[in-house]
Amino acid sequence: MGKPKIACYWAASCGGCDVSVLDIGSKLADIVEQVEIVFWPIALDFKYKDVEAMPDQSIDICLFNGGIRNEENEHMAKLLRRKSKILIAYGACAYLGGILGLANLATLKELFSRVYRETPSTVNPENTVPQPTVKVKEGELKLSPLLEYLKPLNEVVEVDYYIPGCPPIGEKAWEALIALIKGEKPPKGTVLTADERTVCDSCPRVKEEKKIKELKRIYQVIPDPEKCFLEQGIICMGPATRGGCDAQCIKAGLPCKGCFGPAPNVEDQGARMLSALASIVEVNSEEEAKRFAESVADPAGTFYLFSLPSSMLKRRVK
Amino acid sequence: MSEKEEPRIGVFICHCGTNIAGVVDVKQVVDFTSKQPNVVFATDYTYMCSDPGQALIKDSIKEHKLNRVVVAACSPRMHEPTFRKTCQEAGLNPYLFEMANIREQCCWVHMGEPEKATEKAKALVKAALAKASLLEPLTPMEFNVERSALIIGGGIAGIQAALDLANAGFHVYLVEKEPSIGGHMAQLDKTFPTLDCSACILTPKMVDVGRHPNITLLTYCEAQEVEGFIGNFKVKILRKARYVDEKACTGCGVCAQKCPVKVPSEFDLGLGMRKAIYIPFPQSVPITHTIDKENCLYFTRGVCKVCEKFCPAKAIRFDQQDETIELKVGIIINATGYDLFNAKKLPQYGYGKYKNVITGLEFERLVNASGPTGGKIVRPSDGKTPKSVAFIQCIGSRDEHHGVPYCSRICCMASLKHAHQVKEKIPGAEVCVFYIDLRCFGKGYEEFLVRVQDEGIRLVRGKVSEIYENPETGNLRLRLEDTLLGEVMETEFELVVLAVALVPRAEAPALQTLLKVSRGADGFFLEAHPKLRPVETHIPGIFICGCAQGPKDIPDTVAQASAAAAQAAIPLSQGKVTAEPLTAYVLEDYCSGCGVCEAICPYKAIELKEVEEGKRRAEVNEALCQGCGLCGAACPSKAIVLRGFTEPQLMSQIEALSSV
Amino acid sequence: MRGWKLVAEEFTPKIIGFTCNWCTYAAADLAGTSRMQYPPNLRLVRVMCSGRVSPEFVLKAFQLGADGVFIGGCHLGDCHYIHGNFKAITRYYLLKKMLQQFGIEPERVRFNFISAAEGEAFTQAVKDFTEQLKRLGPLRPSGGEGSGEA
Repeated sequence: MGKPKIACYWAASCGGCDVSVLDIGSKLADIVEQVEIVFWPIALDFKYKDVEAMPDQSIDICLFNGGIRNEENEHMAKLLRRKSKILIAYGACAYLGGILGLANLATLKELFSRVYRETPSTVNPENTVPQPTVKVKEGELKLSPLLEYLKPLNEVVEVDYYIPGCPPIGEKAWEALIALIKGEKPPKGTVLTADERTVCDSCPRVKEEKKIKELKRIYQVIPDPEKCFLEQGIICMGPATRGGCDAQCIKAGLPCKGCFGPAPNVEDQGARMLSALASIVEVNSEEEAKRFAESVADPAGTFYLFSLPSSMLKRRVK
Repeated sequence: MSEKEEPRIGVFICHCGTNIAGVVDVKQVVDFTSKQPNVVFATDYTYMCSDPGQALIKDSIKEHKLNRVVVAACSPRMHEPTFRKTCQEAGLNPYLFEMANIREQCCWVHMGEPEKATEKAKALVKAALAKASLLEPLTPMEFNVERSALIIGGGIAGIQAALDLANAGFHVYLVEKEPSIGGHMAQLDKTFPTLDCSACILTPKMVDVGRHPNITLLTYCEAQEVEGFIGNFKVKILRKARYVDEKACTGCGVCAQKCPVKVPSEFDLGLGMRKAIYIPFPQSVPITHTIDKENCLYFTRGVCKVCEKFCPAKAIRFDQQDETIELKVGIIINATGYDLFNAKKLPQYGYGKYKNVITGLEFERLVNASGPTGGKIVRPSDGKTPKSVAFIQCIGSRDEHHGVPYCSRICCMASLKHAHQVKEKIPGAEVCVFYIDLRCFGKGYEEFLVRVQDEGIRLVRGKVSEIYENPETGNLRLRLEDTLLGEVMETEFELVVLAVALVPRAEAPALQTLLKVSRGADGFFLEAHPKLRPVETHIPGIFICGCAQGPKDIPDTVAQASAAAAQAAIPLSQGKVTAEPLTAYVLEDYCSGCGVCEAICPYKAIELKEVEEGKRRAEVNEALCQGCGLCGAACPSKAIVLRGFTEPQLMSQIEALSSV
Repeated sequence: MRGWKLVAEEFTPKIIGFTCNWCTYAAADLAGTSRMQYPPNLRLVRVMCSGRVSPEFVLKAFQLGADGVFIGGCHLGDCHYIHGNFKAITRYYLLKKMLQQFGIEPERVRFNFISAAEGEAFTQAVKDFTEQLKRLGPLRPSGGEGSGEA
């Protein structure tokens, strides 16, 4: 039996996931000894046609990062699904939609207008906007058309496992891969490298009473480094976010942003956090309730920073 | 029933005579229902709640081996208990029953639109079916009740409640922080509007308490810890050392006679003196003397011991220590009363600065025959009898900015009584009451107002804005606007009495934490419902009465105390309580111990327990849980489930309602 | 498909409601007992306290095609569970704000404090809400599109 064949692919993503694969330092050399990398656009020179030429199911494990934002992403997702025995949605974008998924709150038209016309730094007097095809003297250039909305990987193909994180924790991810290679296969759909409980469970901060009077943004206060962020009025997604990260952001002095996604028993991470947060604020009148709601600057962006395309509403409704 | 058993639902659709059937096409609904998944039997009947209707349900449960029942009829608020019982009688767990409200919320409100009403009825039945499929059998919880009561506070409220419960045959522990029971009522001279002597009506009750075989009197004691729930409270009481053997002391008073130390008497509000070994007032219950450690020469300087030398009963115990008493009680009554508003917070009235400005309660001590002046009304500055007395109302009360927003309810009548007493004791004295509104609403109160008006007491509507003293005479000049005449006036009196507000006890926050009960915006303890559950609190088994709940006069206090005793007697006489099983529970595997649930539970029924270093898990005390579901809706990891209203059950209803 | 049937051309909004057992559900019963009439657009789910309403219930209703969501609870200060409705109202305002980001008009979610004695207020709330939603039109004019259901 040959070395297990591994493929890595990036769809709509920032590249951080690919970097996380390299994030284990010199151990990578040992691992690379044990596996054969058959496709990895960011690191090695393979072409799409190489993949197309592979027999179906010939890739043992495919790590797919990034969301599905354009037709090319979707095509590659389907292609790699066909070619792979195990397809893993790797990182928050492939798993949940990720930060790029926040664009689902706008229509394509609005997005283009914003990006190519409205931002203060844009200078575009000719109103040049990317087109699907453009003729140049060498011939016709093609850009993959954007889909109306960004989708997580499991909305276009069947996904075997998920590895959460923005980015995932390289070391843990490799451990999980090695286990898979050894044939230790958890049930389909398992979120690998994640805990059953939320970040609070591994958070070292002291929790006393979860009651707050008002919210504070992190730049407004010097947070007490020993005390629960939420109890200080600073939004921390920890309670609504699946653990497994060892609370590394919190330990570094930053509140959790939610990149590991919802707790296992939860469908909609944002709704859970919204409900928990609104529940712990002490409000004595309807006016105060309104004022509190107003004080949350960007609820969707806060509560669904990584999970909007896999939330219940998934995108702008109207 | 095993978990894996497939739901076998029987559906019973009621005509309610023509109430439902006159609008909703019942046959159509039956037809629709019988095609739904898991439905093994569907039928309709004229009156499901009638005996034959219920018999139909029972027979069908047996015949079709139903393990879920849905009745589509009136509101569950009407007949859910009826049908639950029907199911139970047929051997089906009553919580495997669900109701669809197709009368109050369908046919009766859409009488002109039978087609739409029929469609809606189908949707409502489908939602009930969806929920029914996910129901689980539940068993009400039953707890034994310790047949004894703890009453905190030995004023008239606590005394009345203690006597009522003791007379009903329950053992009562009456805890009072002072050396004697009696409370504020013991300090009063006469009571309005009947003018009977306060001590004359109170002290017999105090004596009854003292010798009642069912009452353990714990004076000079404080409740320190309360744990548990209705029927099973564990209480720790701190018994402060009084350095006198309660059993040995006969109350002869020789010790106090011989004691060389004199200190201002708390009971007389500093207007009179007491000794360092003392009883607060002559009729104290118990009569046991108490050594005031702060002032006793032996404790402060290590000398004296005169009391020990002269005590004929050899009851002095300088080596006595504070001790903790542990009690088990079934119920607790909070009868902790009130404090008086500190009039010094309103410096414009000069209380504490001008000697001849006193409070109403100080007036009570002055006018009381056993008080420091033997009942003579005199001016504190020179001991002379005042020829003019002013009573100023609403000191602190109805004053959102500097005092409290509420009306203290007793002060109008108390001041009118005082005014009458001045007229009685100082013939010819000029007496004037300055008020905002006179509130004389009780039985015989208006008549009393008319009576004192006839006695020549002046009533001036206007709030005094400022008082200043003539330093030579000690007389007081009052500045105010008479709002009826629309005139600003200034007038002089020899004595001024302030009707200060009743405010929550300073210890109320501590007691709130101890009992886990709530307080209202005014700071007084909160009843479970302002109208229908006036003596219960939100915590089952903890009751409330008297001024701890809010300012009130003696008749209301006594009535409320008896009411609290009667309510408390229900679980005590039953010997057990059952609780609805619709409570919350924690899925421990998902709980990360964030503490959201604990912080928001209105009943403090959730506690976080440390299971290992740094790891916390929520735990629900099902005896305290009232089933509101706040925790389930707030839990960020959905680790708390409310039985009977679980997330899947409610979601399935939304889906069903959306699909028809 | 869905049962709030379109009668003639008129748009009939679909409303899912959540009411607390003690106040607003009882008010709805009272409206029935008093034979007050209101449009049949609203379908209620009974919960013990408005504080039991998870934001997901509202999202679910919108996901499944509701045009409006109604929540009813006791008046502030009268909650059967002390402060449950304060939690409900705080979640409601925050959710409303967030739904706007999803393009759902804030008028599509409504919270009313209605006591058990206020059958009339309940009736009026349903009428007003139905009218308001009629003016707003369907949440998803094209039907299933964007319903989030694959």
